[in-house]
Amino acid sequence: MNANRAAATRLALIGLVLVAWALLAHGRGGSLPSPGQVGAALSRGIADGTVPRAVGASLLRMFVGYGAAAVLGLMLGLALAKWLWLEQSFGALALSLQTLPSICWLPLTLLWFGASEGAVLVIVVLGALFSIATATRDALRSVPPLLIQAGQTLGAAPRALYFEVILPAALPALIGGLRVGWSFAWRALMAGELIYSGAGLGRVLDQGRKSGDSAQILATILVILAVGIAANAVLFNPLESAVRRRWGLTGPQ
Amino acid sequence: MIAVHNVSKSYPSLTGPVQSLHEVTFTCQTGEFVCLVGPSGCGKSTVSRIMAGLEPPDAGQVLLDGQPVSAVRAGPRTRAMMFQDAALFPWLNVQRNVEFGLKMQGMPPAERAEIATMFLKMVHLSRFAQAQPHELSGGMRQRVALARALAVNPAVLLMDEPFAALDAQTREIMHAEVQEVWQATGKTILFVTHNLSEAATLGTKVILMTARPGTIKEELCVDLPRPRDPRSPAVARIAEQLFEHLRDEIERVERDQFDEDWHLERKRALASMAKFRGAGI
Repeated sequence: MNANRAAATRLALIGLVLVAWALLAHGRGGSLPSPGQVGAALSRGIADGTVPRAVGASLLRMFVGYGAAAVLGLMLGLALAKWLWLEQSFGALALSLQTLPSICWLPLTLLWFGASEGAVLVIVVLGALFSIATATRDALRSVPPLLIQAGQTLGAAPRALYFEVILPAALPALIGGLRVGWSFAWRALMAGELIYSGAGLGRVLDQGRKSGDSAQILATILVILAVGIAANAVLFNPLESAVRRRWGLTGPQ
Repeated sequence: MIAVHNVSKSYPSLTGPVQSLHEVTFTCQTGEFVCLVGPSGCGKSTVSRIMAGLEPPDAGQVLLDGQPVSAVRAGPRTRAMMFQDAALFPWLNVQRNVEFGLKMQGMPPAERAEIATMFLKMVHLSRFAQAQPHELSGGMRQRVALARALAVNPAVLLMDEPFAALDAQTREIMHAEVQEVWQATGKTILFVTHNLSEAATLGTKVILMTARPGTIKEELCVDLPRPRDPRSPAVARIAEQLFEHLRDEIERVERDQFDEDWHLERKRALASMAKFRGAGI
Protein backbone atom coordinates (compact mmCIF):
# COMPACT_ATOMS: atom_id res chain seq x y z
CA MET A 1 0.00 0.00 0.00
CA ASN A 2 2.68 2.42 1.12
CA ALA A 3 5.01 1.29 -1.67
CA ASN A 4 2.19 1.80 -4.18
CA ARG A 5 1.63 5.32 -2.96
CA ALA A 6 5.33 6.12 -3.17
CA ALA A 7 5.42 4.77 -6.73
CA ALA A 8 2.34 6.79 -7.69
CA THR A 9 3.89 9.95 -6.22
CA ARG A 10 7.07 9.31 -8.17
CA LEU A 11 5.17 8.78 -11.44
CA ALA A 12 3.14 11.93 -10.87
CA LEU A 13 6.32 13.91 -10.26
CA ILE A 14 7.93 12.60 -13.45
CA GLY A 15 4.77 13.49 -15.38
CA LEU A 16 4.83 16.97 -13.91
CA VAL A 17 8.47 17.48 -14.91
CA LEU A 18 7.73 16.28 -18.45
CA VAL A 19 4.80 18.66 -18.79
CA ALA A 20 6.85 21.59 -17.46
CA TRP A 21 9.70 20.64 -19.78
CA ALA A 22 7.33 20.47 -22.79
CA LEU A 23 5.84 23.90 -21.96
CA LEU A 24 9.29 25.41 -21.48
CA ALA A 25 10.56 23.90 -24.75
CA HIS A 26 7.49 25.30 -26.53
CA GLY A 27 8.15 28.76 -25.07
CA ARG A 28 11.84 28.82 -25.96
CA GLY A 29 11.01 27.93 -29.58
CA GLY A 30 13.74 25.47 -30.42
CA SER A 31 16.81 26.21 -28.27
CA LEU A 32 15.53 23.61 -25.79
CA PRO A 33 14.39 20.38 -27.48
CA SER A 34 11.02 19.04 -26.42
CA PRO A 35 10.59 15.68 -24.65
CA GLY A 36 9.26 14.31 -27.95
CA GLN A 37 12.39 15.35 -29.85
CA VAL A 38 14.66 13.87 -27.19
CA GLY A 39 12.63 10.65 -27.24
CA ALA A 40 12.97 10.52 -31.01
CA ALA A 41 16.73 11.11 -30.80
CA LEU A 42 16.95 8.35 -28.18
CA SER A 43 15.05 5.79 -30.24
CA ARG A 44 17.05 6.78 -33.34
CA GLY A 45 20.27 6.25 -31.40
CA ILE A 46 19.08 2.88 -30.13
CA ALA A 47 17.84 1.81 -33.57
CA ASP A 48 21.06 2.64 -35.45
CA GLY A 49 23.16 0.99 -32.76
CA THR A 50 25.01 4.11 -31.59
CA VAL A 51 23.64 4.01 -28.06
CA PRO A 52 24.00 0.24 -27.43
CA ARG A 53 27.55 0.30 -28.81
CA ALA A 54 28.47 3.33 -26.68
CA VAL A 55 26.91 1.81 -23.55
CA GLY A 56 28.79 -1.40 -24.23
CA ALA A 57 32.12 0.41 -24.70
CA SER A 58 31.65 2.52 -21.55
CA LEU A 59 30.60 -0.46 -19.44
CA LEU A 60 33.59 -2.44 -20.65
CA ARG A 61 35.88 0.39 -19.49
CA MET A 62 34.04 0.50 -16.17
CA PHE A 63 34.44 -3.25 -15.83
CA VAL A 64 38.19 -2.98 -16.28
CA GLY A 65 38.83 0.40 -14.63
CA TYR A 66 36.44 0.11 -11.71
CA GLY A 67 37.40 -3.51 -11.20
CA ALA A 68 41.04 -2.52 -10.88
CA ALA A 69 40.14 0.41 -8.62
CA ALA A 70 38.07 -1.86 -6.36
CA VAL A 71 40.84 -4.43 -5.98
CA LEU A 72 43.60 -1.84 -5.51
CA GLY A 73 41.45 0.37 -3.29
CA LEU A 74 40.50 -2.51 -1.00
CA MET A 75 44.12 -3.58 -0.74
CA LEU A 76 45.34 -0.06 -0.10
CA GLY A 77 42.60 0.50 2.49
CA LEU A 78 43.42 -2.76 4.29
CA ALA A 79 47.11 -1.79 4.31
CA LEU A 80 46.32 1.70 5.64
CA ALA A 81 44.24 0.20 8.43
CA LYS A 82 46.93 -2.34 9.28
CA TRP A 83 50.13 -0.32 9.28
CA LEU A 84 50.12 2.89 11.22
CA TRP A 85 53.30 4.22 9.59
CA LEU A 86 51.70 3.84 6.16
CA GLU A 87 48.58 5.60 7.38
CA GLN A 88 50.61 8.42 8.88
CA SER A 89 52.70 8.90 5.76
CA PHE A 90 50.38 7.99 2.92
CA GLY A 91 46.94 8.25 4.54
CA ALA A 92 46.77 12.03 4.54
CA LEU A 93 48.06 12.07 0.97
CA ALA A 94 45.34 9.63 -0.12
CA LEU A 95 42.73 11.87 1.44
CA SER A 96 44.02 14.98 -0.33
CA LEU A 97 44.31 13.11 -3.64
CA GLN A 98 40.66 12.18 -3.21
CA THR A 99 39.67 15.85 -3.29
CA LEU A 100 41.41 16.31 -6.64
CA PRO A 101 39.06 15.53 -9.56
CA SER A 102 40.75 12.65 -11.32
CA ILE A 103 40.12 14.22 -14.74
CA CYS A 104 42.91 16.68 -13.87
CA TRP A 105 45.33 13.84 -14.53
CA LEU A 106 44.10 13.29 -18.09
CA PRO A 107 46.51 15.71 -19.82
CA LEU A 108 49.35 13.91 -18.09
CA THR A 109 48.11 10.41 -18.88
CA LEU A 110 47.57 11.46 -22.50
CA LEU A 111 51.20 12.56 -22.61
CA TRP A 112 52.35 9.33 -21.00
CA PHE A 113 50.14 6.77 -22.69
CA GLY A 114 49.18 8.68 -25.84
CA ALA A 115 45.57 8.91 -26.97
CA SER A 116 44.83 5.34 -25.91
CA GLU A 117 42.46 3.29 -23.80
CA GLY A 118 45.07 3.26 -21.09
CA ALA A 119 44.93 7.02 -20.61
CA VAL A 120 41.18 6.93 -19.87
CA LEU A 121 41.38 3.78 -17.78
CA VAL A 122 43.95 5.38 -15.49
CA ILE A 123 41.54 8.27 -14.96
CA VAL A 124 38.77 5.83 -14.01
CA VAL A 125 41.04 3.99 -11.59
CA LEU A 126 42.25 7.22 -9.99
CA GLY A 127 38.66 8.46 -9.76
CA ALA A 128 37.58 5.59 -7.54
CA LEU A 129 40.78 4.31 -5.94
CA PHE A 130 41.21 6.80 -3.10
CA SER A 131 37.56 6.95 -2.11
CA ILE A 132 37.44 3.14 -1.92
CA ALA A 133 40.73 3.06 0.01
CA THR A 134 39.68 5.64 2.61
CA ALA A 135 36.24 4.01 3.00
CA THR A 136 37.91 0.62 3.48
CA ARG A 137 40.30 2.02 6.06
CA ASP A 138 37.45 3.68 7.96
CA ALA A 139 35.34 0.53 7.77
CA LEU A 140 38.08 -1.52 9.41
CA ARG A 141 38.83 1.12 11.99
CA SER A 142 35.24 1.34 13.15
CA VAL A 143 34.89 -2.37 13.88
CA PRO A 144 33.66 -2.46 17.52
CA PRO A 145 36.65 -3.38 19.77
CA LEU A 146 34.31 -5.52 21.85
CA LEU A 147 33.71 -7.90 18.92
CA ILE A 148 37.47 -8.25 18.48
CA GLN A 149 37.92 -8.95 22.19
CA ALA A 150 35.08 -11.47 22.11
CA GLY A 151 36.84 -13.21 19.22
CA GLN A 152 40.14 -13.20 21.10
CA THR A 153 38.69 -14.60 24.31
CA LEU A 154 37.05 -17.35 22.23
CA GLY A 155 40.48 -18.35 20.98
CA ALA A 156 40.70 -16.81 17.51
CA ALA A 157 44.30 -16.67 16.26
CA PRO A 158 45.30 -13.38 14.59
CA ARG A 159 44.61 -14.69 11.09
CA ALA A 160 41.22 -16.19 11.98
CA LEU A 161 40.38 -13.04 13.90
CA TYR A 162 41.00 -11.00 10.75
CA PHE A 163 39.03 -13.18 8.37
CA GLU A 164 36.25 -14.37 10.67
CA VAL A 165 35.65 -11.31 12.83
CA ILE A 166 37.18 -8.07 11.55
CA LEU A 167 36.38 -8.40 7.84
CA PRO A 168 32.80 -9.62 8.31
CA ALA A 169 32.19 -6.88 10.88
CA ALA A 170 33.45 -4.29 8.37
CA LEU A 171 31.57 -5.72 5.39
CA PRO A 172 28.52 -3.41 5.39
CA ALA A 173 30.76 -0.33 5.40
CA LEU A 174 33.05 -1.91 2.76
CA ILE A 175 30.10 -2.33 0.41
CA GLY A 176 29.09 1.29 1.04
CA GLY A 177 32.61 2.36 0.03
CA LEU A 178 32.45 0.29 -3.16
CA ARG A 179 29.13 1.87 -4.05
CA VAL A 180 30.48 5.40 -3.65
CA GLY A 181 33.58 4.35 -5.61
CA TRP A 182 31.39 3.21 -8.49
CA SER A 183 29.76 6.62 -8.89
CA PHE A 184 33.17 8.34 -8.72
CA ALA A 185 34.48 5.98 -11.41
CA TRP A 186 31.42 6.57 -13.60
CA ARG A 187 31.85 10.35 -13.40
CA ALA A 188 35.56 10.08 -14.15
CA LEU A 189 34.85 7.87 -17.15
CA MET A 190 32.30 10.28 -18.63
CA ALA A 191 34.70 13.20 -18.22
CA GLY A 192 37.51 11.18 -19.75
CA GLU A 193 35.45 10.04 -22.72
CA LEU A 194 34.24 13.59 -23.31
CA ILE A 195 37.78 14.88 -23.67
CA TYR A 196 39.59 11.93 -25.17
CA SER A 197 37.01 10.32 -27.40
CA GLY A 198 37.44 6.70 -28.41
CA ALA A 199 34.10 4.96 -28.24
CA GLY A 200 31.63 5.38 -25.39
CA LEU A 201 28.83 7.56 -24.13
CA GLY A 202 31.10 10.53 -23.53
CA ARG A 203 31.95 10.53 -27.23
CA VAL A 204 28.27 10.48 -28.22
CA LEU A 205 27.80 13.56 -26.03
CA ASP A 206 30.65 15.27 -27.81
CA GLN A 207 29.26 14.33 -31.22
CA GLY A 208 26.00 15.96 -30.21
CA ARG A 209 27.87 19.17 -29.46
CA LYS A 210 29.77 19.05 -32.75
CA SER A 211 26.62 18.56 -34.81
CA GLY A 212 24.66 21.06 -32.72
CA ASP A 213 22.08 18.39 -31.84
CA SER A 214 20.89 19.28 -28.34
CA ALA A 215 18.23 16.55 -28.47
CA GLN A 216 20.98 13.97 -28.90
CA ILE A 217 22.93 15.44 -25.97
CA LEU A 218 19.91 15.29 -23.67
CA ALA A 219 19.07 11.77 -24.85
CA THR A 220 22.63 10.69 -24.05
CA ILE A 221 22.45 12.28 -20.60
CA LEU A 222 19.30 10.27 -19.95
CA VAL A 223 21.16 7.11 -20.95
CA ILE A 224 24.11 7.97 -18.67
CA LEU A 225 21.69 8.53 -15.80
CA ALA A 226 19.88 5.28 -16.55
CA VAL A 227 23.13 3.28 -16.52
CA GLY A 228 24.06 4.79 -13.16
CA ILE A 229 20.66 3.99 -11.68
CA ALA A 230 20.70 0.50 -13.17
CA ALA A 231 24.13 -0.26 -11.67
CA ASN A 232 22.79 0.64 -8.24
CA ALA A 233 19.57 -1.30 -8.76
CA VAL A 234 21.23 -4.43 -10.15
CA LEU A 235 24.52 -4.51 -8.27
CA PHE A 236 24.67 -2.49 -5.07
CA ASN A 237 21.12 -2.24 -3.74
CA PRO A 238 20.48 -6.01 -3.57
CA LEU A 239 23.93 -6.66 -2.12
CA GLU A 240 23.69 -3.91 0.46
CA SER A 241 20.17 -4.71 1.56
CA ALA A 242 20.95 -8.43 1.84
CA VAL A 243 23.96 -7.70 4.04
CA ARG A 244 22.17 -5.08 6.11
CA ARG A 245 19.22 -7.42 6.66
CA ARG A 246 21.45 -10.25 7.84
CA TRP A 247 23.57 -7.98 10.07
CA GLY A 248 20.36 -6.54 11.54
CA LEU A 249 21.21 -3.01 10.45
CA THR A 250 17.92 -2.22 8.72
CA GLY A 251 15.89 0.48 10.38
CA PRO A 252 12.09 0.37 10.55
CA GLN A 253 10.82 -0.26 7.02
CA MET B 1 41.74 -22.46 40.86
CA ILE B 2 42.57 -19.00 39.62
CA ALA B 3 44.51 -16.56 41.75
CA VAL B 4 45.16 -12.86 41.30
CA HIS B 5 48.43 -12.01 42.97
CA ASN B 6 49.54 -8.46 43.83
CA VAL B 7 48.12 -7.00 40.62
CA SER B 8 48.56 -3.26 40.12
CA LYS B 9 47.53 -1.20 37.15
CA SER B 10 47.48 2.48 36.24
CA TYR B 11 46.13 4.34 33.25
CA PRO B 12 47.47 7.40 31.50
CA SER B 13 45.13 10.39 31.64
CA LEU B 14 45.31 14.07 30.75
CA THR B 15 46.34 14.90 34.31
CA GLY B 16 48.96 12.16 34.55
CA PRO B 17 48.76 8.46 35.35
CA VAL B 18 45.79 7.32 37.43
CA GLN B 19 46.33 4.37 39.75
CA SER B 20 43.44 2.04 39.02
CA LEU B 21 44.42 -1.09 40.96
CA HIS B 22 46.82 -1.38 43.88
CA GLU B 23 48.18 -4.79 44.84
CA VAL B 24 44.96 -6.70 44.34
CA THR B 25 45.17 -10.26 45.65
CA PHE B 26 42.44 -12.89 45.89
CA THR B 27 41.71 -16.48 44.94
CA CYS B 28 38.78 -18.24 43.30
CA GLN B 29 38.76 -21.91 44.33
CA THR B 30 37.74 -24.45 41.71
CA GLY B 31 33.97 -24.55 41.43
CA GLU B 32 33.53 -21.39 43.44
CA PHE B 33 31.13 -18.62 42.39
CA VAL B 34 32.96 -15.43 43.32
CA CYS B 35 31.36 -12.01 43.02
CA LEU B 36 33.66 -9.00 42.80
CA VAL B 37 31.90 -5.88 44.05
CA GLY B 38 32.98 -2.30 44.44
CA PRO B 39 31.98 1.32 43.91
CA SER B 40 32.05 2.74 40.40
CA GLY B 41 35.53 3.35 39.04
CA CYS B 42 37.25 0.98 41.48
CA GLY B 43 38.76 -1.05 38.66
CA LYS B 44 36.74 -4.23 39.18
CA SER B 45 36.15 -4.61 35.43
CA THR B 46 39.86 -4.13 34.86
CA VAL B 47 40.52 -7.05 37.20
CA SER B 48 38.38 -9.33 35.06
CA ARG B 49 39.99 -8.04 31.86
CA ILE B 50 43.45 -8.71 33.28
CA MET B 51 42.33 -12.19 34.31
CA ALA B 52 41.08 -12.77 30.75
CA GLY B 53 44.42 -11.64 29.38
CA LEU B 54 42.87 -8.72 27.48
CA GLU B 55 45.05 -6.26 29.39
CA PRO B 56 48.46 -6.78 30.96
CA PRO B 57 48.94 -5.87 34.64
CA ASP B 58 51.67 -3.31 35.45
CA ALA B 59 52.79 -5.54 38.29
CA GLY B 60 51.75 -8.86 39.77
CA GLN B 61 50.35 -11.87 37.98
CA VAL B 62 47.37 -14.12 37.48
CA LEU B 63 47.92 -17.79 38.33
CA LEU B 64 45.78 -20.59 36.97
CA ASP B 65 46.38 -23.74 39.00
CA GLY B 66 49.68 -22.24 40.05
CA GLN B 67 50.85 -21.43 36.51
CA PRO B 68 51.10 -17.80 35.43
CA VAL B 69 48.67 -17.07 32.59
CA SER B 70 49.68 -15.13 29.52
CA ALA B 71 47.92 -12.60 27.35
CA VAL B 72 44.92 -13.95 25.49
CA ARG B 73 45.96 -16.23 22.62
CA ALA B 74 44.69 -18.99 20.38
CA GLY B 75 44.37 -22.59 21.44
CA PRO B 76 42.29 -24.43 24.04
CA ARG B 77 40.49 -22.06 26.35
CA THR B 78 41.42 -21.81 29.98
CA ARG B 79 39.24 -18.75 30.45
CA ALA B 80 36.11 -17.47 28.72
CA MET B 81 34.62 -14.01 29.10
CA MET B 82 31.18 -12.42 29.07
CA PHE B 83 30.81 -8.66 28.71
CA GLN B 84 28.09 -6.18 29.58
CA ASP B 85 27.15 -6.29 25.91
CA ALA B 86 26.53 -9.79 24.55
CA ALA B 87 29.03 -9.02 21.76
CA LEU B 88 27.51 -11.66 19.49
CA PHE B 89 28.69 -11.69 15.89
CA PRO B 90 25.78 -10.17 13.97
CA TRP B 91 26.57 -11.99 10.71
CA LEU B 92 26.33 -15.43 12.34
CA ASN B 93 23.14 -17.05 13.53
CA VAL B 94 22.75 -18.17 17.14
CA GLN B 95 24.02 -21.70 16.47
CA ARG B 96 27.14 -20.47 14.64
CA ASN B 97 27.84 -17.91 17.34
CA VAL B 98 27.90 -20.68 19.92
CA GLU B 99 30.07 -22.80 17.63
CA PHE B 100 32.56 -19.98 17.01
CA GLY B 101 35.09 -20.84 19.72
CA LEU B 102 34.98 -24.54 18.79
CA LYS B 103 35.57 -23.66 15.14
CA MET B 104 38.61 -21.66 16.22
CA GLN B 105 39.95 -24.86 17.81
CA GLY B 106 39.51 -26.67 14.51
CA MET B 107 36.74 -28.98 15.69
CA PRO B 108 34.85 -30.70 12.83
CA PRO B 109 31.39 -29.25 12.03
CA ALA B 110 29.30 -32.22 13.18
CA GLU B 111 31.00 -32.36 16.56
CA ARG B 112 30.75 -28.65 17.25
CA ALA B 113 27.10 -28.58 16.17
CA GLU B 114 26.39 -31.25 18.75
CA ILE B 115 28.12 -29.31 21.53
CA ALA B 116 26.44 -26.05 20.53
CA THR B 117 23.04 -27.75 20.59
CA MET B 118 23.77 -29.08 24.06
CA PHE B 119 24.62 -25.66 25.47
CA LEU B 120 21.74 -23.94 23.68
CA LYS B 121 19.49 -26.46 25.39
CA MET B 122 21.13 -25.63 28.71
CA VAL B 123 20.23 -21.92 28.32
CA HIS B 124 16.79 -22.87 26.96
CA LEU B 125 17.29 -21.39 23.49
CA SER B 126 17.25 -24.48 21.23
CA ARG B 127 14.24 -23.10 19.39
CA PHE B 128 16.22 -20.04 18.34
CA ALA B 129 19.29 -21.81 16.97
CA GLN B 130 18.69 -20.47 13.46
CA ALA B 131 17.76 -16.90 14.51
CA GLN B 132 20.06 -13.95 13.89
CA PRO B 133 21.23 -12.09 17.03
CA HIS B 134 19.31 -8.92 16.18
CA GLU B 135 16.07 -10.89 16.31
CA LEU B 136 16.59 -11.68 20.01
CA SER B 137 15.90 -9.65 23.15
CA GLY B 138 18.76 -8.42 25.36
CA GLY B 139 18.31 -11.24 27.86
CA MET B 140 18.24 -13.87 25.13
CA ARG B 141 21.42 -12.45 23.62
CA GLN B 142 23.19 -12.73 26.96
CA ARG B 143 22.04 -16.34 27.22
CA VAL B 144 23.56 -17.00 23.79
CA ALA B 145 26.76 -15.32 25.00
CA LEU B 146 26.69 -17.60 28.06
CA ALA B 147 26.28 -20.69 25.88
CA ARG B 148 29.07 -19.44 23.59
CA ALA B 149 31.41 -18.99 26.55
CA LEU B 150 30.56 -22.37 28.06
CA ALA B 151 30.91 -24.21 24.73
CA VAL B 152 34.70 -23.82 24.72
CA ASN B 153 34.78 -25.60 28.09
CA PRO B 154 36.89 -23.05 29.97
CA ALA B 155 38.26 -23.73 33.43
CA VAL B 156 37.16 -20.27 34.52
CA LEU B 157 34.20 -18.20 33.37
CA LEU B 158 34.73 -14.45 33.72
CA MET B 159 31.58 -12.32 33.71
CA ASP B 160 32.01 -8.56 33.55
CA GLU B 161 28.70 -7.01 34.65
CA PRO B 162 26.85 -9.18 32.14
CA PHE B 163 23.36 -8.28 33.32
CA ALA B 164 23.87 -4.59 34.11
CA ALA B 165 22.15 -3.43 30.92
CA LEU B 166 19.09 -5.66 31.35
CA ASP B 167 15.79 -4.63 32.90
CA ALA B 168 15.05 -5.81 36.45
CA GLN B 169 12.70 -8.66 35.51
CA THR B 170 15.03 -10.06 32.87
CA ARG B 171 17.93 -9.79 35.30
CA GLU B 172 16.09 -11.95 37.87
CA ILE B 173 15.47 -14.58 35.21
CA MET B 174 19.15 -14.46 34.30
CA HIS B 175 20.07 -14.92 37.97
CA ALA B 176 18.02 -18.10 38.10
CA GLU B 177 19.52 -19.23 34.80
CA VAL B 178 23.14 -18.62 35.75
CA GLN B 179 22.71 -20.36 39.12
CA GLU B 180 21.23 -23.34 37.32
CA VAL B 181 24.11 -23.40 34.83
CA TRP B 182 26.69 -23.07 37.61
CA GLN B 183 25.15 -25.97 39.53
CA ALA B 184 24.97 -28.08 36.35
CA THR B 185 28.54 -27.41 35.17
CA GLY B 186 30.43 -26.72 38.39
CA LYS B 187 32.45 -23.99 36.65
CA THR B 188 34.64 -21.58 38.54
CA ILE B 189 32.99 -18.21 38.01
CA LEU B 190 34.23 -14.69 38.64
CA PHE B 191 31.28 -12.35 38.41
CA VAL B 192 31.92 -8.58 38.44
CA THR B 193 29.00 -6.41 39.53
CA HIS B 194 28.12 -3.17 41.26
CA ASN B 195 24.76 -4.60 42.26
CA LEU B 196 24.83 -5.76 45.87
CA SER B 197 21.64 -7.78 45.65
CA GLU B 198 23.01 -9.53 42.58
CA ALA B 199 26.22 -10.38 44.46
CA ALA B 200 24.25 -11.68 47.45
CA THR B 201 22.03 -13.77 45.17
CA LEU B 202 24.79 -15.35 43.13
CA GLY B 203 28.03 -15.58 45.08
CA THR B 204 29.38 -18.29 47.29
CA LYS B 205 31.97 -15.68 48.09
CA VAL B 206 31.74 -11.90 47.73
CA ILE B 207 34.91 -9.84 47.44
CA LEU B 208 34.56 -6.17 48.22
CA MET B 209 36.87 -3.58 46.66
CA THR B 210 37.71 -0.10 47.85
CA ALA B 211 37.28 3.03 45.77
CA ARG B 212 40.13 4.02 43.46
CA PRO B 213 42.83 2.91 43.65
CA GLY B 214 41.05 -0.41 43.92
CA THR B 215 42.29 -2.78 46.61
CA ILE B 216 40.61 -5.73 48.26
CA LYS B 217 38.70 -4.51 51.31
CA GLU B 218 37.05 -7.67 52.51
CA GLU B 219 35.91 -11.15 51.61
CA LEU B 220 32.58 -12.52 52.77
CA CYS B 221 31.25 -16.01 52.37
CA VAL B 222 27.55 -16.30 51.54
CA ASP B 223 26.23 -19.55 52.85
CA LEU B 224 22.61 -19.61 51.72
CA PRO B 225 20.80 -22.55 50.10
CA ARG B 226 20.15 -22.46 46.35
CA PRO B 227 18.39 -21.56 44.22
CA ARG B 228 18.33 -18.17 45.91
CA ASP B 229 15.52 -15.71 45.40
CA PRO B 230 16.88 -12.14 45.18
CA ARG B 231 13.78 -10.91 46.97
CA SER B 232 14.01 -13.27 49.92
CA PRO B 233 14.73 -11.65 53.32
CA ALA B 234 17.92 -13.70 53.73
CA VAL B 235 19.42 -12.38 50.50
CA ALA B 236 18.28 -8.86 51.36
CA ARG B 237 20.04 -9.11 54.72
CA ILE B 238 23.28 -10.11 53.03
CA ALA B 239 22.94 -7.23 50.54
CA GLU B 240 22.44 -4.81 53.40
CA GLN B 241 25.48 -6.22 55.18
CA LEU B 242 27.51 -5.68 51.98
CA PHE B 243 26.26 -2.13 51.81
CA GLU B 244 27.36 -1.44 55.39
CA HIS B 245 30.85 -2.70 54.54
CA LEU B 246 31.03 -0.49 51.49
CA ARG B 247 29.44 2.66 52.95
CA ASP B 248 32.75 4.47 53.47
CA GLU B 249 33.92 3.66 49.97
CA ILE B 250 30.72 4.89 48.39
CA GLU B 251 30.99 8.13 50.34
CA ARG B 252 34.55 8.54 49.14
CA VAL B 253 33.45 8.23 45.54
CA GLU B 254 30.61 10.67 46.08
CA ARG B 255 32.96 13.23 47.66
CA ASP B 256 35.01 13.10 44.48
CA GLN B 257 32.05 13.38 42.19
CA PHE B 258 29.77 15.92 43.88
CA ASP B 259 30.12 19.58 44.90
CA GLU B 260 31.37 20.25 48.41
CA ASP B 261 27.94 21.23 49.73
CA TRP B 262 26.75 17.74 48.99
CA HIS B 263 27.31 16.51 52.56
CA LEU B 264 24.09 18.37 53.49
CA GLU B 265 22.18 15.93 51.35
CA ARG B 266 24.30 12.93 52.12
CA LYS B 267 22.45 11.52 55.10
CA ARG B 268 19.11 11.50 53.35
CA ALA B 269 20.48 10.14 50.11
CA LEU B 270 22.40 7.35 51.78
CA ALA B 271 19.39 6.44 53.91
CA SER B 272 17.25 6.06 50.83
CA MET B 273 20.02 4.16 49.08
CA ALA B 274 20.16 1.71 51.96
CA LYS B 275 16.47 1.11 51.45
CA PHE B 276 17.16 0.03 47.90
CA ARG B 277 19.87 -2.32 49.05
CA GLY B 278 20.21 -4.10 45.76
CA ALA B 279 20.21 -0.96 43.69
CA GLY B 280 23.40 0.00 41.93
CA ILE B 281 25.98 1.78 43.97
